[in-house]
Amino acid sequence: MRTAFIQEIIIQARLRPEIFLTVGDLGYSVVEPFAQEFPNCYLNAGVAEQNMTGLAAGLASEGYHVFTYSIANFPTFRCAEQIRNDIAYHNLPVTIVAVGGGLAYGNLGYSHHAVQDYALLRTFPNMLIAAPGDPAETRACLRYLVAAPRPSYLRLGKAGEPAVHLADPKVVEGKLIPVIPTQPRNPANKLILTTGATLKLAHDALLAKPYPDWQLCSLPLWSENSKPHVAEALRPYDAILTVEDHLHAGGFGSYIREALDSAGIQKPVRHIALSETVCGLVADQATLNDKGGLNISAIHRAMSVLSHQGAPN
Amino acid sequence: MKTTMTTAEYARRIREEAVQMVARANASHIGGALSMADIVAVLYHDILSIDPATPSLDTRDRLILSKGHCCTALYAALALKGFFPVEELATFGQNNSRLMAHISHKIPGVEFSTGSLGHGLPFGLGKALAAKRRAQVWRVFVILSDGELDEGSNWESILYAPQHGLDNLVAIVDYNKVQSLGAVKDVADLHPLAEKFRSFNWNVREVDGHDHAMIRGELLSLPWQPGRPSCLIAHTVKGKGINFMENQLKWHYSSPKGNELTDSLAQLRTQQ
Repeated sequence: MRTAFIQEIIIQARLRPEIFLTVGDLGYSVVEPFAQEFPNCYLNAGVAEQNMTGLAAGLASEGYHVFTYSIANFPTFRCAEQIRNDIAYHNLPVTIVAVGGGLAYGNLGYSHHAVQDYALLRTFPNMLIAAPGDPAETRACLRYLVAAPRPSYLRLGKAGEPAVHLADPKVVEGKLIPVIPTQPRNPANKLILTTGATLKLAHDALLAKPYPDWQLCSLPLWSENSKPHVAEALRPYDAILTVEDHLHAGGFGSYIREALDSAGIQKPVRHIALSETVCGLVADQATLNDKGGLNISAIHRAMSVLSHQGAPN
Repeated sequence: MKTTMTTAEYARRIREEAVQMVARANASHIGGALSMADIVAVLYHDILSIDPATPSLDTRDRLILSKGHCCTALYAALALKGFFPVEELATFGQNNSRLMAHISHKIPGVEFSTGSLGHGLPFGLGKALAAKRRAQVWRVFVILSDGELDEGSNWESILYAPQHGLDNLVAIVDYNKVQSLGAVKDVADLHPLAEKFRSFNWNVREVDGHDHAMIRGELLSLPWQPGRPSCLIAHTVKGKGINFMENQLKWHYSSPKGNELTDSLAQLRTQQ
């Protein structure tokens, strides 16, 4: 995803001189092509995320669309108040980019596990979450963000994520992207809904067995403001299973429940997310996801439960 | 832009308005507002290129109040300068007033809302960088408190600003030596503050923060060194201008009531 990101932002920066990339002394072998082509719109802010985020707000207040780029929790939790006060409150066009969303840096330990980021970022007014599921969604999300810059959080995986989409999908804030099947069908009355890099896991889970009444959708762009749209998009389904690589508390599943609740929609909903038991464990991403309860077996079990619960709304 | 008032009268009026604002709202932080009143008066009278009629003009100088809790002095300075009606100051701290008790960017002439300390300098650094990258000549002034220099984010910016030759960035420290729970030297001593900034490659000048001629003289000669950001350390007195408030920690919190308010305004009148 980070490769798709840097390739697409270079394309966009050729068209949009307001794009500015600042990095927290990270991005070796990733950001160099941008830095070389756009030296006047690039800045290594050093290992100082509070300053990086504050100065990004300052640049944004002068008309730049600034991307702050770092790993995991560094551009988010370390400088949470700068995001809250300087960017979100002032409604400035800064996109915070975190590489290594979820447990992508599993072997590097808890400091590098970005499993509480949705819970933090999504509570800030004006903030848009962009959590693409594969490289194609990464490119599409980036094009969406630069077309209408605003406070936003772009959560990327690492590198080498498999492609799920055959072509770059059209993404819109709060709009579900059909993945399996790509067009709505009857009787597809139950939904697996993912955000971020768990798209591939859900995709494989749905392909593992014949589930004719299940559909898989991705929701890469979501915000507090888009809750009503999301709720309406979910209304036709009899049952919903959310999948995410984030802790249960405060994450995407919680967001979906809040959206449904605010709209007065009641239906069976279950969540596959990470258990707190992964906090403190060290292993590769797939192993940690599995230990945290994020695996195909768990998805199948939840689908089975929902298949018996789901009834026409 | 010049006003017809002298800076002495401008500063006196700022103090009068600030004292009445905190009294009406039963608000805090009058001590730090009074300590920076002279700095603000000289800035808006003689230094800043900014027109109340066009407060968002691209070429204006930018002033960031990082010690946002002392907003009464800046609100008063802006109102007296014509950015918004002086009568509106009476709404300070009231329900639904846009004059909230930490500086608000929703007020004409205010660049940035602060309140949590340590945010103004990184933000100002970003603005200064924008000017440099676009070869524009406007400047950024950031007013900091001494107590807020405890915040590490400031030192990230102090380390970083010289790296990019930001001689269009000016930090002004209102060094009144008293912070929220005691004397600065007893909480986290900043001494020697000028040497700290110099060792981080800033050009530093020190002034009596109540001597208008000194403040004006130094700020009119900016930039002091090409390629280096500037730091003006203004040695000030917390509560300056009202004898029973001067250097007293109590006036970080209290607002004058009854005879205290009468006495305060009487003292300020004698300074005409």
